[in-house]
Amino acid sequence: MALKIVKGSIDRMFDKNLQDLVRGIRNHKEDEAKYISTCIDEIKQELKQDNIAVKANAVCKLTYLQMLGYDVSWAAFNIVEVMSSSKFTYKVSCSQLQLQSVDAVLITTIINSVSLPLVTQDLSSPNQYDTGVALTGLSCFVTPDLARDLASDIMTLMSHTKPYIRKKAVLIMYKVFLKYPESLRPAFPRLKEKLEDPDPGVQSAAVNVICELARRNPKNYLSLAPLFFKLMTSSTNNWVLIKIIKLFGALTPLEPRLGKKLIEPLTNLIHRALDLLYGMVSKKNLMEIVKKLMLHVDKAEGTTYRDELLTKIIDICSQSNYQYITNFEWYISILVELTRLEGTRHGHLIASQMLDVAIRVKAIRVFAVAQMATLLDNGHLLTGNMQRNGICEVLYAAAWICGEFSEHLEDPMQTLEAMLRPKVATLPGHIQAVYVQNAAKLFATVLRKQEGTTDSLAAQETSQLLIDRLPLFVQSANLEVQERASCILQLVKYIQKLQQKEVEVAEEVTALFAGELNPVAPKAQKKVPVPDGLDLDAWINEPPSESESEDEKPKAIFTKEEPKHTRPRHTEVDEKELARRREARKQEQANNPFYIKTSPSSQKVYQDQPGVEHIPVVQIDLSVPLKVPGMPMSDQYLKLEEERRQKERSERKKKEKKKKREKHGRGRRADSGPESEEDITPAHHVDIVTEEMPEVCWVLLQWPLTDNEKLPVRTHRPAEAVKSPVEAGNGESATPEPKKKKEKKKDKERKVDLSSLTVYLTLFFSHIVYDVQGNLQDGSQVVVSVIFENKTDHFLKSMEFNVLDSLNSKLQRPEGSSPHDGLAVPFQLPPGVSNEARFVFSVQSIVMPQKLKGTLTFIVKTEDASTHEKLDFKLHFTCTSYLITTPCYSDAYAKLLESGELKSSSLKLEGVIMPFHHLLARICFHHHFSVVERIDSCASMYSRSIQGHHVCLLVKTVSTQRVPCLEWMSSILESTR
Amino acid sequence: MRFMLLFSRQGKLRLQKWYTATAERDKKKMVRELMQVVLARKPKMCSFLEWRDLKIVYKRYASLYFCCAVEEQDNELITLEVIHRFVELLDKYFGSVCELDIIFNFEKAYFILDEFLMGGEIQDTSKKSVLKAIEQADLLQEVSGYPW
Repeated sequence: MALKIVKGSIDRMFDKNLQDLVRGIRNHKEDEAKYISTCIDEIKQELKQDNIAVKANAVCKLTYLQMLGYDVSWAAFNIVEVMSSSKFTYKVSCSQLQLQSVDAVLITTIINSVSLPLVTQDLSSPNQYDTGVALTGLSCFVTPDLARDLASDIMTLMSHTKPYIRKKAVLIMYKVFLKYPESLRPAFPRLKEKLEDPDPGVQSAAVNVICELARRNPKNYLSLAPLFFKLMTSSTNNWVLIKIIKLFGALTPLEPRLGKKLIEPLTNLIHRALDLLYGMVSKKNLMEIVKKLMLHVDKAEGTTYRDELLTKIIDICSQSNYQYITNFEWYISILVELTRLEGTRHGHLIASQMLDVAIRVKAIRVFAVAQMATLLDNGHLLTGNMQRNGICEVLYAAAWICGEFSEHLEDPMQTLEAMLRPKVATLPGHIQAVYVQNAAKLFATVLRKQEGTTDSLAAQETSQLLIDRLPLFVQSANLEVQERASCILQLVKYIQKLQQKEVEVAEEVTALFAGELNPVAPKAQKKVPVPDGLDLDAWINEPPSESESEDEKPKAIFTKEEPKHTRPRHTEVDEKELARRREARKQEQANNPFYIKTSPSSQKVYQDQPGVEHIPVVQIDLSVPLKVPGMPMSDQYLKLEEERRQKERSERKKKEKKKKREKHGRGRRADSGPESEEDITPAHHVDIVTEEMPEVCWVLLQWPLTDNEKLPVRTHRPAEAVKSPVEAGNGESATPEPKKKKEKKKDKERKVDLSSLTVYLTLFFSHIVYDVQGNLQDGSQVVVSVIFENKTDHFLKSMEFNVLDSLNSKLQRPEGSSPHDGLAVPFQLPPGVSNEARFVFSVQSIVMPQKLKGTLTFIVKTEDASTHEKLDFKLHFTCTSYLITTPCYSDAYAKLLESGELKSSSLKLEGVIMPFHHLLARICFHHHFSVVERIDSCASMYSRSIQGHHVCLLVKTVSTQRVPCLEWMSSILESTR
Repeated sequence: MRFMLLFSRQGKLRLQKWYTATAERDKKKMVRELMQVVLARKPKMCSFLEWRDLKIVYKRYASLYFCCAVEEQDNELITLEVIHRFVELLDKYFGSVCELDIIFNFEKAYFILDEFLMGGEIQDTSKKSVLKAIEQADLLQEVSGYPW
C-alpha cells in the first residue's frame, strides 16, 4: 500500500497538469482529437488513483475538456467525490465543472444521494468562501427537489453575518423560487428586509431578485412600491436604478397613481440620457435621432418634459453652427412641426431658429417663406396661447420672414390679408409691431406686382385695404405698434392720393425697404480695417500730467507722500495734526452707534488685531508668487513702463541728495547705541495701530501691483540710507540686519546700443502655506520673478537666463544640467511686449546679503538678419528678502525680548521726512514686517525669516531740532529649530 | 440571462457558462450555431440580435467575442454593460487581459464570472468587492495548495 502511494506520487510528477494540457492542445492543432483521446485515457487512469490531489488534477483537466465540448459525464461520480474533499481548490474546480452538464437524470440521482449532504455540509461551513463556492455551484443546478430540501438552509444564510454569503444566498433564492414557488411566501419577508441591507452588494442582489420576480407577477409587489421609490431617489448605483425602473415599468399599469410620482425622478434620468444625444449626433444620424425625439414629443404628456425635448431637439440641431444639418428644408419643417406643440414656453426659441436659418441660409428662403406664409395663414391656430414666450412667438418670425423676403412669396396679397386680420390685434404687442412693419413691406411688393400688370384698380384696392385695417393698430395700447401703424397709415394715404392721380409709386415705395439685412457675426467688428489716418492709440485730449495720474492711483501711501516731498513743511504739521484728527475720529466713532468699537482692553485689541491680520496676510503672501498674470497684470506692466520713464527723469535730480543722505546714515550708525527693550514694553497704546492697520493691510493687498521700480523713483530715504552701509560691508558679519533696501535692481543696460531691453527683477519668496506654518527650514528657496520687456523694434527670441552661482545662492536648474547652463526663458518677445518669468534660487545662509551676477542672452531678429546679444545684470538679495510677514502678539513679543536670545544693533537715520505711519507702512510693505504695537512715534515691529529667525525692530522718531530721525533696533535670534 | 459564451474569432470556445440546465447535445448545437451567426456579422453591425426565442448580446474585445443570451423581456443595454463590467474585472485581475490569460487561467475567469454573476443575475455591482472576494479565494487556494 505504502509502495503504491509512493508510486502514485512519483507518477504525479509526470502527470500533465492543466497548463500542460492546454499547451499540449495548442501544440497539436492538426491532430487535436487524437491528442485529447490520449489525454482522456490518462485522466481515466488518474481518476482511479487513491490520491485525492491526483483526482482533483484530473477533474480540473476535465473541466477544460468539457468546455471544449467533450463529454465528461462518465466521470460524474468522480467529480462529486472530489467535490466532497475538504480542500477549497478542488471544490472550486468542481463547481466550475458545471454539474449541470451532466444528464438531468444523473444530477437528481447523484446529487440527491451523494452530494446533497456535501452541499449542506458546505453550506454550514465556517469558511465563507467554502459556502460561497457551494452556493455558486448550487446556482447552476438547482432542481425542484434540491430547492425544496435546501430552501430553509439558504433562508438561514440570507441572514448570515458576512455580506458575501448574504448576497449569494439572496441570489440563489431566486433560482429556488423558480423551481419551488412554495418557498416564496415564507422567504419573502426576509427578502424584503434585504432591500434595506447595509451592504450595497446585498441590496442590489435583493433588488435584482425582486425585480425579476415582479416581472413575472407584478401585482404581488405593489406594496413594495414606496420602498423602491425611496431606493430609486436615494441610490446612486446605476445598475440598481435600471432594475428599479424596469420594475416600475411593470407596476405602473397596475397602479396609475404611481405614474405621477415617477415623473420627476424619471425625467431627471431621461435628461441625463438626452444629454448624451449631443455627443451622439452626426450628419448621418441626426435626422433619425430627431425623428425619434419627435415621436416622443408627440407621445409626451407633461408639458415640462415636452419642452425639454423641444429644447433638446433644437440644441442638437443647432449645435456648432448647424454643423450636422445637411438639409435645411428638413430643419424648417421640423421647426414648423414643433409649432404644433400646445402650451410650450419655447415659442421664442423656435422663432429665433427660424429667423436664424432663413437669414443665414439663402437657398432655403423660398421654402422658408412658403412655410411661414402657411403659418401666418393659420395664425389663428397659434393664437390660442397668448402668454409671453408661448408658441405665438413663431408668428413674429413668420411675419418678419414673409415681409423681408416677400419677393419669394407666391401670393403676397393673401399673406398681406392674413397679416391684417382683426384677430392679430390680440397678439402680444411686439409681434403686432412686426406685423405692421412687414405688412408695409408686403404692400410694397404687392404694389409692384399689381402696377406691373397695369391693373391700377387692384393697386388702389390694396391701398384701401391697408387704410381700412391699419386704424385697428393705431388704436393699439402698445406704443411701438401705434407709432408704426400711424406712420404707415399716413404713408399709405399719401400713396393712395398719388395713385388716384395715376402716378406710378411702386418703385418709390419699394425703395423704402431696399437693401438686404445681413446677419453680423459677433466678431465682425474686428474685420473692419482701421481707416487710414485714424490712430486709435492717440489721445483725443491732452493726457493729464503724469504726477496727477499718480495721485489718482489708489496707492494711499505713495500718494500722500508725493505732495510731501514737494512741500516738506507738511511733515511738521503731521504729528500734531494727526493726533488731533485721531481724537476727532475717536469722538465720532464713540458717538456713532453703528461703529463697532474696539475693546477698552488694549491687550485684547492686540489679540484681535494680529488675529484679523493673520489670515489675509498669509493668504496674500501665498498668492503673490503663485499669481498667474491675469487681467490686472497687464495694467501692471503698463504701470511699470510709466514709472520707469518717470524714474529716469527724476533720478538725475535726486542723485545729489542721495549722496548726502548716505553720508549721514553712515556717520550716525556708528555711534547710535542699542535701544533698550523697555522702550517697547510700556504703555500699550493701541488706537493708532487699529487705525493704521487697514492701511497696511491695504498695501499688502496691493502687493501684486507693486514693482520695485518705485523705490528709487520716490524719495525713499531710509531705504537708501540703510542700504549703503550694507553695501559698504560695514561690520555686519555677526549681526545680520534687516536691510532697508529691497531686493530688486534695475539693470544698468549700459551694454548694447541697439538693445534697450529692460529687465525688471523682482524677488518673491516661495511662500507656501506649510512653510509658513512650520517647516520653515525647508523654505530656503527664493522665487525671483523677472519681467522682461522688449523695448526694441525687433523680435527677441531664444532668451536664456543665467546667473553665476555663489556658494550661498544657486539658481535651481533642471536636473542633469551643469551649473553653468542657462535657463531658457519660456517665451519669445515681440516688440513692445513684456512678460514675466520666474526662477527659483536655493539659498543656504540667509543672514547675509547677496549680489549675484547674471547674463541674459537672446537673439534679436531683424528683418534681414538675426544677431546674438547679451545683457549683464545683477541680482540683489538683501536680508529682508528672506523675511515673511508674520503677525506677532504683543505678549509673545515681550517674551521674545525678555528671552535675551536676541542680538541687537541700532542705527540712526536723518533726513527722513515722511510721516511716521507712512514709514511704518513702507517697512511693513517692502520688508515684510508687521507692526506689533505703536505708541505715538515709536513702534515695535516683528518679522520672521524663512528659516525661522525672529527679527524684532523698534522704530522711533527722535525729534531733535525738529528733524525726525529714526532709530533702529533689530535683533536676530539664531533659531536652533 | 440564459448563458454566456466566450469564443475566439477562429471559432474556438474559451469559456461557457449556462444558467439553465440544458442537455449537452443541445448546448453543443446552440454554441455552434450561435458562433456561426455572430462570427459572420460585420464590425459595424448592431451588437444585438434575435436568435431563436432569445436575444443575443455580443461584443468583441480584440479577437475575443463575449456573447450573452438573454430573454425577450431583458434589457440589451444592461446586458452589454454586464459584459463590459466582466471584461473590466478580468482586465483588473489579470492586468490588461488577453486571450491567453483566459485560455490558461480559465478557472480564474470562471471564478470571476461566478463572483460577478450568479444564476444569471448580477451578484455584485461593485468591482472592488468582487475583486476582494477573488483575492481572498486566491489566498485560500494558496494555503490549501494547488492540486497540480
